Amino acid sequence: MNRDTALHRFLETDPKDVGCEQALEFLHAYVELVASDAAAQEHYPGIAVHLKACGPCSEDFDGLLAAITDPAP
Amino acid sequence: MELLDPDSAEWVRSLEGTEVAREAAKVRLHAMLLRIARSEVRRRTQPSQISGPELDDVAHQAAADAMVAIIAKVRQFRGDSRFTTWAYKFVIFEVSTKIGRHFWRNPTVPMDAEDWSRLPDRFGLDPACELEWRALVEELHRAVDEVLTDRQRQIFVAIVLNAVPLDALVLELGSNRNAIYKTLFDARRKLRIALVAKGVVDTESSERS
Repeated sequence: MNRDTALHRFLETDPKDVGCEQALEFLHAYVELVASDAAAQEHYPGIAVHLKACGPCSEDFDGLLAAITDPAP
Repeated sequence: MELLDPDSAEWVRSLEGTEVAREAAKVRLHAMLLRIARSEVRRRTQPSQISGPELDDVAHQAAADAMVAIIAKVRQFRGDSRFTTWAYKFVIFEVSTKIGRHFWRNPTVPMDAEDWSRLPDRFGLDPACELEWRALVEELHRAVDEVLTDRQRQIFVAIVLNAVPLDALVLELGSNRNAIYKTLFDARRKLRIALVAKGVVDTESSERS
């Protein structure tokens, strides 16, 4: 069968995943690096891994990125 | 503390300054937080879920609670981002929590209902290819029965089978996001090991799990 289904990806875990607490502690620094194309994944590899696996933290990241990149009305 | 950029330094100076400076900064900051909260509630929800006065109410609560947290923690600001980015993080978290709370007003299924027929749909498994994935799903069910702790099983069932948002589950269980995520992370790792042992999942990349 297809070995790359959402179920297979769900079962994959990466030991570099730092978890929610650490990811959220540094999310403001990480998001600024992403917004400025400054190799965020190299500076914070564990956060990059976590955001790929954690829906809620990824949603927070998306919201914060929108907040700092969308111009104020 | 890292050297602050001029804007961030001004925010910190004002929020720790004289009463007049402090109040002026708080008014300005609250307006910014409210703007972010409104757009974040809209971004995260469908109009059918939260709209109109209720949306504004959630945004106001989020901005007010974020404001309290920021004022309490302003001395912890290290300068590893702009002050406003750091501050926006608080309001994003507040919106996230408040929307998680909203879920329980109209839950689609009970948290502990255990209907395994939902699983293929939850993972987008094509019914036309059931012969290909049926063994994997059956072994997964068996592994959930055999290798997970009661807590891991409770969280797996709520999030995976019943699509309870993680932040909503945090509120229901009186826990925190990190603890729930870690429990599910450990459950995923155990399930994968069990499924590799059964030969229904490849060993490839399992070494890093």
